Amino acid sequence: MTDTEAKSMSIIVTKGTLDWGYPPFILATTAAAMGLEVTMFFTFYGLTLLKKKPDLKINPLGNAAMEMPMGGRHMAMPNIVAAMPGATALTTAMMKDMLKKKGVASIEELREMAVEADVKIIACQMTMDLFEYKTSDMIDGLELGGAATWVDAATRCDINLYI
Amino acid sequence: MADQVLDAKGLNCPLPILRAKKAIKEMTAGQVLEIQATDPGAVKDFEAFCRSTGNEMVDHRVDGGTYVFNIRVN
Repeated sequence: MTDTEAKSMSIIVTKGTLDWGYPPFILATTAAAMGLEVTMFFTFYGLTLLKKKPDLKINPLGNAAMEMPMGGRHMAMPNIVAAMPGATALTTAMMKDMLKKKGVASIEELREMAVEADVKIIACQMTMDLFEYKTSDMIDGLELGGAATWVDAATRCDINLYI
Repeated sequence: MADQVLDAKGLNCPLPILRAKKAIKEMTAGQVLEIQATDPGAVKDFEAFCRSTGNEMVDHRVDGGTYVFNIRVN
């Protein structure tokens, strides 16, 4: 974060599933397009979004609000079915298909646009060590930092989000 | 008449905004970018985009199922 006149936003990214991966990248790329300086701090499961080849998945287990449009209606998957082998692969395939059909960008595309727009990407050093991720597993151009790095950036940001 | 036309039909949030920003970057002040989109959310979003970035919404209309925006680059 530099002391320019541009407004700024920071986002703490803590989740790495196919659904929760979207909000941080959508907001970061849009804010960058609107002239904001954006910092994203990836920690815990959010780190999976930075892998060179992310393999994001989704499972409705325990998410009572998740229902999929189906033939004009909405279908929810009972927990007992969501706990079965193959349920994650099935739900992931359905979700990816739906995203594609509706013209929603993939997480990888949005991430690429974030990098192109000079969004500052910080990976949490502690959780990198905790989960034994190497920087070589991750996309190029990220910085490593800790809580103080985010707090310092956040004190100068107009918008600070935790996702 | 627009100086450049951006076809963002079939794209969903936030792609129309991101593509528009990319196009605007290549344009000069005073030029007009026409954006064609089918995402109904684009109406509010392009208004907000213009308010934040200082680009001017010259006009917008609905043409069949397509939203057409004309934005003058600042």
